[in-house]
Amino acid sequence: MAFISSGYNPEKPMENRITDIGPRHFEEFYPEVIKKNKGKWSHHEILEPGVLVHVAESGDEVYTVRVGGCRLMSTTHINEICEIAEKHCDGHLRFTTRNNIEFMVDSKDKVEPLKNDLKSRKFPGGSYKFPIGGTGAGVTNIVHTQGWIHCHTPATDASGTVKATMDVLFDDFQQMRLPAQLRVSMACCLNMCGAVHCSDIAILGYHRKPPMIDHEYLDRLCEIPLAISACPTAAIKPAKVTLDDGKEVKSVEIKNERCMFCGNCYTMCPSLPLADTEGDGIVLMAGGKVSNRISDPKFSKVVVAFLPNEMPRWPSMTDAITKMVNAYSNGANKYERLGDWAERIGWEKFFEVCELDFTHHLIDDFRQQAYMSWRQSTQFKF
Amino acid sequence: MAKHETPLLDQLESGPWPSFVSDLKQQAEVRAKNEAGVEFQIPQDAVEDLLGVLELSFKHGRTHWKHGGIVGVFGYGGGVIGRYCDQPKLFPGVEHFHTMRVAQPCGKYYKTSYLRELTKLWDFRGSGVTNMHGATGDIIFLGTTTPQLEEIFYTLTHDLNQDLGGSGSNLRTPADCLGSSRCQYACYDSNALCHFLTNEYQDELHRPAFPYKFKFKMDACPNGCVASIARSDMSFIGTWRDAIKVDQDAVNKYVENDPGYPANAGAHKGKDWGPFDIEKEVLALCPTKCMKFENKTLSIDNANCTRCMHCINTMPRALRIGDDRGCSILVGAKAPILDGAQMGSLLVPFVEVNPENDYEAITEVIESIWDWWMEEGKNRERLGELIMRQGFQKLLEVTGIDPQPQHVAYPRTNPYIFWKEDEVDGGWERDVVEYRKHHLR
Repeated sequence: MAFISSGYNPEKPMENRITDIGPRHFEEFYPEVIKKNKGKWSHHEILEPGVLVHVAESGDEVYTVRVGGCRLMSTTHINEICEIAEKHCDGHLRFTTRNNIEFMVDSKDKVEPLKNDLKSRKFPGGSYKFPIGGTGAGVTNIVHTQGWIHCHTPATDASGTVKATMDVLFDDFQQMRLPAQLRVSMACCLNMCGAVHCSDIAILGYHRKPPMIDHEYLDRLCEIPLAISACPTAAIKPAKVTLDDGKEVKSVEIKNERCMFCGNCYTMCPSLPLADTEGDGIVLMAGGKVSNRISDPKFSKVVVAFLPNEMPRWPSMTDAITKMVNAYSNGANKYERLGDWAERIGWEKFFEVCELDFTHHLIDDFRQQAYMSWRQSTQFKF
Repeated sequence: MAKHETPLLDQLESGPWPSFVSDLKQQAEVRAKNEAGVEFQIPQDAVEDLLGVLELSFKHGRTHWKHGGIVGVFGYGGGVIGRYCDQPKLFPGVEHFHTMRVAQPCGKYYKTSYLRELTKLWDFRGSGVTNMHGATGDIIFLGTTTPQLEEIFYTLTHDLNQDLGGSGSNLRTPADCLGSSRCQYACYDSNALCHFLTNEYQDELHRPAFPYKFKFKMDACPNGCVASIARSDMSFIGTWRDAIKVDQDAVNKYVENDPGYPANAGAHKGKDWGPFDIEKEVLALCPTKCMKFENKTLSIDNANCTRCMHCINTMPRALRIGDDRGCSILVGAKAPILDGAQMGSLLVPFVEVNPENDYEAITEVIESIWDWWMEEGKNRERLGELIMRQGFQKLLEVTGIDPQPQHVAYPRTNPYIFWKEDEVDGGWERDVVEYRKHHLR
C-alpha cells in the first residue's frame, strides 16, 4: 500500500488549490431528448408500475424506467448501473429524490430490452439488483439515514430496518393498488435527518434511558454550557463532582425524571453516551405529508411508542407497519393519503382498525402546543 | 473467504429488495481479488471490516463509532464528516472511516463517463462504498483515512472539476426536484435556480459563518417532490397567478373514460376503482370547491383556487399550470431538536424567478434574512426558532415585506398584542399627575 500522490503538495498546501467551483453543471448530463424538450413537456403517463412516458409538445417521447436503489451502494454496483445505462441509454441516467434510479430511453421499442435486462440481474443471495417500480399509488423507496454503518448517535440501524421493511412491502413497490402514494421514511435518532417528521409512515430510532455521565473526562471533552443548552426539557445543570480518587471536577447533573432520552446532549458532549441494548428501539409515526394536494402538508404523529430492536429483521416493527398499510388500503378513499384518511375516520378509529395499542406515551406533553393536540370537543366515536 | 463471520447480516441477503449486505460482500470480494490492479490507498479489507463492525452492532444493538471527529481540507470549514471505529484493534480497516460530501449536479442527472471517474477515484483512495445520495442531496463517499482527504480533494477539483458539499454551521448543499427538465408541472427551472444559488453562495457553503446550519431546497410546484417545505430553512415552491389552462376536449376524454386519458396519469392502475367520475374525483375533492362541470364544460373560478395541484395531477392532459409563473418562499422548516419540528411558513406569496437579472428578487430576500439571523440567531438556533423567539413580525420587518392575510392560517386567538410606540397617538411618555387631575386617588 505505497502512498501515491495526486499532485497535492503537503509542504505548500495552499499552492494550486482550487476552491469554490461548486457542482458540475446539470446540462452536461442531460440526455439529448431532455435537453431538447426541457420546459416544453405536454403530459405524462404511468404505463405500468415503474415505467413512465413523458410526451413533449414537439411529439418527442421519453420513457423512464424507475428501479429501487439501496442508497448505500458500492462502486461495483454503480459501475453496473453505468454498464446498463451505456447499453440502453447512451450513457445517461439519474437518481430520484427518494434514491431510486431512473433509466431513460427515447423510444418505446427500447423499453422492453431495458426492462428485461434489469429484471435479469440478481445478487448471489437472491435479491433483485434493480427491481422495477416505485411509481403511482404504491410504496416507493424508504428515505433513510446512516444507522450503525456510520453514525455515532443512532438508537437503531437504518439499512437493516429498511431492507426488512422493503422486503415485506415489496409487492406494493411493484404495484399501484393503494388509495394514494405511501411514503415510508426512517431515521435512526430523533435528529430526524431526512423525512420522518413528514411521511405517511415513519420509523424512528429512540432511546429510553438517560445518558451515563463520564465525570472523569467530561470537563476536558465538553463545553459544559453547550451540553446544558442542548436539553429541550432543561434536565441538565452544572455540578461539581468528587471522583473516587478524591479529585473534584466540573461536570453536569442530569435530573432523570426530566430527561426524555433525546440524545441531543450527547451530540454536544462525548461524555454523555446513552446507547443501550435493551433500552433502545423503534418509535413508529404516521400521517405526515409534504405535498399541498387537497390538504395542507402535515406532520407525522407518534402511533407506536416503542418496539424493541430485533436484529436482523425487526419482525414486531414490520408487523405493525403491515397492519397500518393493510388497514389504510382497505379503508381509505381514492386519492386519500394516510393522514387524510386517519383524520377523516378519527384517530380513535385509526388505532382500532390498525389494531395498535394506545398508551399514555402517545399524548403530547411538550410545552404549550401539547394542549392543541388534546380533544376540546364532545365529538368522538365509541 | 470472508474475514469475519456475519450470521445476522447474512439473513439480510434473502428477500426481493436489493440487499446492501450482498452488495457490500460483492465489494469486499472485488477488493480482495483486485483484478483491476488498483494500488489501494486505504486498507484493502476495509469493507470486510465494515461488515464486521456492523455485525457486532447487530449483536450488541449499539453503534460502534466513536463520538464526532473533526477532519477536513485546508481552505474549507466543512464537507468532511470524520468518523473513527471504537474497536480499532478488531477492525483496523475502519479505524478511520471518514465521509466526504461531494456536490451533486442539480436534478441528479449523470453521464456514465463522469460516474466512472468518481468510482475510479473512490476505489483508489477510499472504501468504494457510497450513498447515492445523502438526504440533503450530496454524493456521499463513505469511508477513507485522513491522509487521503487532501489527495481526493485535489483530484476532484483538478481533474474532475468537482467541489465538495457542505457540512457544519453553514449553507448546506442545495437540492431540487427535476423541474422543467422532465415535468410539465414545473413553474420555474428548479435546476437552474439551484445551480445558480449554489454557486452564488459558495463561500457561505464552504466556510461556516452562521449560527447553525441553513438549507435551500427548490420545488418547481406545490407537489413538493424534493420536500422543501419540510426539509429546508428556505423553501422555493413554484406557482402561478393567472388561470389554469383548460383543454375542454381533453376534459371530456377523461369524462368518457378514454383509455388514452387515465385519471392521475394511471397512478391507480393496480386496483379497480370504477370508471372515472369527475364530480367525485375532482370537483368534490377540490379544497375550495371552485370548480363546476356543466354542459360538458369545466369551469374554474381561478380567483378562489389555491393551486393545490389536485385537478392538474388528476387530469394532466386536460389541465395545465398558468403562464404567469414564479415561486412562493416559505421559511423555517426544521426537525424537532430543539423546540419542536417546523414546516416552512409562507413569507413571500409570489416572487418572480428571473435568471436574466440573476434572480435579484430572490437573493434580496435570502440576504436580508441572513443579515438578521447571523446577527440575532443564538448559538445552534435554526432560523425557524429565531422566528419563534423574535416573532414573525420581526421577520417581515427585516425583509421589508408588508403583512398580509396570506401570512397566517388564522389570526391570533389571544389578545396579547404588541403595538409600537409610534403607532399610538401621543406615545407612551405620560404624566400620572396629569392623569390624577381627572381621576382622584
